Amino acid sequence: MTTTTLSPVQSPKTAPTRSQPRPFGLVRHSLALARRSLIKTIRTPEQLLDVTLQPIIFVVLFVFLLGGAIAGDTHQYLQFLLPAILVQTVVFASVATGVSLNTDLKKGVFDRFRSLPIGRSAPLIGSVLGDLIRYVVATLSLTICGLVLGFELVNGIVPALAAVVMTIGFAFCLSWAFVLLGMVLREPGAVQGVAFLTMFPLTFGTGMMAPVDTLPGWLQSWVQVNPVAHAMEAARGLMIGGPVAGHVVWVVAWGLGLLAVFAPLAVRAYRRRT
Amino acid sequence: MEYAFEARGLVKRYGKTTALAGLDLSAPQGTVLGVLGPNGAGKTTAVRILATLLRPDEGRAFVGGLDVVKDAAKVRRLIGLTGQYASVDEDLTGMQNLVLIGQLLDLRKSEAIARATELLAEFGLADAGARQAKTYSGGMRRRLDLAASLVGRPDVIYLDEPTTGLDPSKRDDVWNIVRGLVKDGVTVLLTTQYLEEADALADEITVVDHGRSIAHGTPAQLKQIVGGQTILARPADPARLAETEAILTSVSGRPAESPSRGVVTVPVDGDAQFTEAVARLAQAGVSVTELSLRLPSLDEVFFTLTGQRATDEEAA
Repeated sequence: MTTTTLSPVQSPKTAPTRSQPRPFGLVRHSLALARRSLIKTIRTPEQLLDVTLQPIIFVVLFVFLLGGAIAGDTHQYLQFLLPAILVQTVVFASVATGVSLNTDLKKGVFDRFRSLPIGRSAPLIGSVLGDLIRYVVATLSLTICGLVLGFELVNGIVPALAAVVMTIGFAFCLSWAFVLLGMVLREPGAVQGVAFLTMFPLTFGTGMMAPVDTLPGWLQSWVQVNPVAHAMEAARGLMIGGPVAGHVVWVVAWGLGLLAVFAPLAVRAYRRRT
Repeated sequence: MEYAFEARGLVKRYGKTTALAGLDLSAPQGTVLGVLGPNGAGKTTAVRILATLLRPDEGRAFVGGLDVVKDAAKVRRLIGLTGQYASVDEDLTGMQNLVLIGQLLDLRKSEAIARATELLAEFGLADAGARQAKTYSGGMRRRLDLAASLVGRPDVIYLDEPTTGLDPSKRDDVWNIVRGLVKDGVTVLLTTQYLEEADALADEITVVDHGRSIAHGTPAQLKQIVGGQTILARPADPARLAETEAILTSVSGRPAESPSRGVVTVPVDGDAQFTEAVARLAQAGVSVTELSLRLPSLDEVFFTLTGQRATDEEAA
């Protein structure tokens, strides 16, 4: 068989709009895909139920069911619970990125993305960035709910914003673990199942609902290494007063660690998935 | 000859299943290659390799002279993919879908919008551009799919079963679009289960079965493989069918058969026998409503090559 030397075909339609590589492709492509993800969320607002209605129900239930027993007073308990449940809700919301990516991959549109001259990580970065809206919505709905029930921002607004930024940043890093799950597992239901299994010890194995010193020793040891527990304590410190710096160091270290491990693994799994 | 795309000896295995067993495919610039085969023949696997979505286990493939594995990023600037797998985002509008693809192809926002507007108009979707793709009819979806694969003005377009599930008039729309593309110099790889479709569009056809090419040629050449021509006669009076059959059998020297009600066919060696058949039927006073000398259909080609009816395979 002869080896044929091929030359690129010149299409007569070659026109000024013929695509040419431009710099900062990964950033532009990721942002364009994040916008796609945002449009989809806005078009199907029922996807936001888990970050709007659900946390409000949690707050109301916990405050009025447990507040009296744990804190002796529902207002005291609301002050204690709200910063922590904010962290829990945002961290929980990060699971959805993995689930929706797993669903998305089965649709043909991802094949089209793959056949385009874009970075392999762009569709994943786009989805993770686009889902930041979910964290913002969760924060807003919980804050409004808390303020209605009488939550007081003892330290003022700026430290509260810092707590929100820290929480969203951590959820962004953690979401890469669920993106990896979304790439590796076959079914969206499986992604959700496995993710929730890890989420319960991460978010409830904390001082969210009861002070840490009331927990048995083995659970206290877990709380001491659990980054979500540190995020909750840091958020409490920032919003209603208490130690902050030590907890934030834990959160940042864990967040960067998770990102460094899971983001490359997720991109690699996406490349390999056919 | 300069090929727009060329695949040699492609092998792809999934565990114990061999999807491709040494497939060769190629098409000169500005032509349509029809890849014809039943479900599971390996057509889609071959397209996915040529579209850089899948790496072959063995063999190589080139698009515009570039290796689809080593130069994947460059190849992606030359190709457009559409069909049963590559599709559009249903939650986005037609316009948003096309603009997104334009931006991913490094067009500036304004250029992407201009290109999207142009394509929507060209594909009769101008009025539907602001609607979500999920509200589109099957035919509109397919046109949007095609438009999406053309945003980057590709040199090579892969159409993977582009008309599966479309009704005949919508199918004609897609066919006309494909013909228009070829006129513009685009090279098309068309996979299909429909023999009629390959016959209507393809310059050359590769018949694929069990992951390898079992025949390649122009539609006319493939029809030759089955052997000569056939005389088909439909007597005006159905009662004279047996008589017609007897005449045709004696002209051809081979047994005639009646493939469907009221029709007799017989294989012949050349058009001389056709003239004779016409004369003999006239002599016997058998008037006919239909009398023709025809090449075999691609259905028959497929049957001869694979021992299977392509249409049965679809149901399997």
